[in-house]
Amino acid sequence: MAAGIRDKVAIIGMGCSKFGERWDAGPDDLMVEAYLEAMGEAGIEPSQLDAAWFSTHIDEIGTGKGGTPMSLALRLPNIAVTRVENFCASGSEAFRGAVYAVAAGAADIAVAVGVEKLKDTGYGGLPVGNMGTLIPQTSPNGSAPGNFAQLASAYRTKHGVSKEDLKRAIAHVSVKSHANGSKNPKAHLRNVVTEEQVLNAPMIAEPLGLFDCCGVSDGAAAAIVTTPEIAAALGHKDLVTVKALQLSVSNGLESQHNSWDGSYFHTARIAAKKAYKEAGVEKPREQISMIEVHDCFSITELVTMEDLFISEEGKGWSDVLNGFYDADGKVPCQIDGGLKCFGHPIGASGLRMLYEMYLQLKGRAGDRQLANPKLGLTHNLGGSPSTNVCSVAIIGQQGA
Amino acid sequence: MVGITGYGGYVPRLRLQRAAAAKANAWLNPGLMGKSKGERAMANWDEDAITMAVEAARDALGTGDDRSRVKALFFGTTTAAFSDRLNAGIIQAALTLEPDTACFDVTGTQRAGLSALANALNAAKAGVGEALAVTGERRKARAASAQEMDGGDAGAAILVGTKDTLADHIGSAVTTADFVDHFRGSGEEFDYAWEERWIRDEGFAKIVPPVIKAALANAKIEAAAVDVFILPTTFKGVAESVAKKAGLKPESVKDQLGAQVGDSGAAHALVLLAHALETAKAGQVIVVAQFGQGCEAHVFKTTRKIESWKPERGVSGWLADGKQETNYMKWLVFNGLVEWEKGMRAEKDNKTALTTLYRNNDMILGLVGGRCTETGTVQFPRTRISVNPNNAAVDTQEPYKFAEKPASILSWSADNLTYAMSPPNHYGMMVFDGGGRIFMDITDVDPGDVDSGTPVRMVFRVKEWDDRRGFTRYFWKAQPDKRRKASAKAAAE
Repeated sequence: MAAGIRDKVAIIGMGCSKFGERWDAGPDDLMVEAYLEAMGEAGIEPSQLDAAWFSTHIDEIGTGKGGTPMSLALRLPNIAVTRVENFCASGSEAFRGAVYAVAAGAADIAVAVGVEKLKDTGYGGLPVGNMGTLIPQTSPNGSAPGNFAQLASAYRTKHGVSKEDLKRAIAHVSVKSHANGSKNPKAHLRNVVTEEQVLNAPMIAEPLGLFDCCGVSDGAAAAIVTTPEIAAALGHKDLVTVKALQLSVSNGLESQHNSWDGSYFHTARIAAKKAYKEAGVEKPREQISMIEVHDCFSITELVTMEDLFISEEGKGWSDVLNGFYDADGKVPCQIDGGLKCFGHPIGASGLRMLYEMYLQLKGRAGDRQLANPKLGLTHNLGGSPSTNVCSVAIIGQQGA
Repeated sequence: MVGITGYGGYVPRLRLQRAAAAKANAWLNPGLMGKSKGERAMANWDEDAITMAVEAARDALGTGDDRSRVKALFFGTTTAAFSDRLNAGIIQAALTLEPDTACFDVTGTQRAGLSALANALNAAKAGVGEALAVTGERRKARAASAQEMDGGDAGAAILVGTKDTLADHIGSAVTTADFVDHFRGSGEEFDYAWEERWIRDEGFAKIVPPVIKAALANAKIEAAAVDVFILPTTFKGVAESVAKKAGLKPESVKDQLGAQVGDSGAAHALVLLAHALETAKAGQVIVVAQFGQGCEAHVFKTTRKIESWKPERGVSGWLADGKQETNYMKWLVFNGLVEWEKGMRAEKDNKTALTTLYRNNDMILGLVGGRCTETGTVQFPRTRISVNPNNAAVDTQEPYKFAEKPASILSWSADNLTYAMSPPNHYGMMVFDGGGRIFMDITDVDPGDVDSGTPVRMVFRVKEWDDRRGFTRYFWKAQPDKRRKASAKAAAE
């Protein structure tokens, strides 16, 4: 195996716009918000940037293709801008590009910005996408909640969990994220909800109700990365470094081969194992301080607890119900509210997760600050349970 | 001798309760209350003449992969999806018939179903091999019309050949008369019909009896020897009076299935024939006639084989599988009879890339995937590199047919968010006995009907319409298989 990325690259600045229904802002405004915050913290001039990575997912509305939207919005000094797209994991992909450029020595300082402007469609939920010319001729007429809801029926069947128990466990996922999100001034949804509210919400896609689905938000997030040496030379202290960056992509096994039972993410398990190895983590349940996972839907978060090997297989639902992932639990999950409440501007989400981990590691998370976090994990997923891309990244204090 | 070698039928699951329709419309037309008895077969939103014909053909042909015996296919209908695209060719592709199958659309009259059978008989007689007559009709009528109450949606298939016949074809007669009892101009959605009394007295009463007599003469059969007489009509007593004029026994007149199916138009003669064959005894004489710009009649005599051969389900099997529908609004929506709020998600452009469709024709229309000749791994779709995680063999796959393989649900959801004609839209991952899986829509389903493990069968259905361009897109869907569910339950008990 390759030597890996551990401690080779440091984050010297991160930024994140306010997420939500940003009727006031276009994608360029959102990018500027995140970028200026990150640049201010990094304490550098645009002329010091060597390369940029730009992530946005949906072409049909909003931001546009190619590298130009970012370069124009931020008035970058004619440097390389690479647009990346990997479904809902696009933000992690932008970060990966920037980090690898620095690690390779091709750039001293690189910037990653992810953005999505979703609320220009005229209706709720994600925009109806264009899937090419073949897939629409055969694939079901479905939506993201319907695709992810598939996990629930398969998980119930595999582990013998009753409909009611699973519904209650996924309700707890959302109750917890709302409680966390209420403390986050940048979050899209800041209301506290009760289990009863979640259980009785209108059904979106069986068994997922309204509160089992994440926010559809506008927003942008940014990261500035460099080498630890340059970071130190710029005066940065208590560095946060990258420990692992892994990405696993479906090859058709889940959708075409009967070895997959539909109850988990095949890719997430592969990416998690590789990430732990890269970061030198042997006992994730003990060593990982906090996690930000891709809770596009409550059931996704629940099965992910097992896919990350923090909960034992078949025990994720009971760990959730027992508060293991609550803000005061052993491994707090979605301390910023997650996709559920911080929001999910697709191209920005991977970077938003890292933003929260970064704030926590720097001790600057305000009301929601955790005690002495050392390692934070982000899990950023795109696609559907049967065909997806999954990124697992770990960042932490230098030397941790 | 040429004759019937197989038969099948199809009646869609939904049965519109006529009382519900009559009640909804009686304020407009109190006369409809006189038609409020029984139920009529109502196609699901994703069924049409083609999909019902495919179901009926599967009912007749059975579940075996090898259908190479079918050398010709005639599709009789007046409600096909395309005016200029061989509708029979879509059926041929869905049934995975061999490319050398000669396919024809037979249309333009309410006797198109029986004319399809006549053509099939002629083809078999000419020595092409077995020929398949299929028919399907999705009747369209204006809201609050008598036609809406009388009509029914259904399909049928009759396989003909010269070996192992179930019923021999022993005579026929035809007459053509430009008698316009009703018409539907090109591009029009609805029929325009003339007065019933004229159709009855000048049409049925004068045109049909001579044709029956001529067919019997051609068959060298005495009228009194006829055991079953089939003449589709929605007019009360007309089949009986025609029988009387032709000298047939009153008890020979076949029930119209009016109270269960309704009149399925061009399909109805073959629907009734398929139904009659299910209970026919050896040595019986069956006369089937159909009226429309003249009349056509055929005489069959059953053989001993009739009593042992059975279709997969048969018309009576489908009839027993019905679900009462009392929601007249659903009828209006399914039949495009009302403008309803579909939401912005329905604005998706459903343009079909015809190049892609043709390149993947057996996959999309035939549900044909691949089987690795090295490892036996079965997969959908067929690809150059195998999906087998332990042996990604290259260029080893042979075509593998999924459509007739039993399957069950691995995972599912019922989706209220997505645009659907019949929400919530059910879909999920279907795993097939013998390997392979497909993520697909589930149809003919109500909330609470399915869970992981529910047995399903594949059905050929409308996937989407492209209203802007007038194109109908077809694919396969999973249908809860109540028959297998019942047998699995029986086995468990």
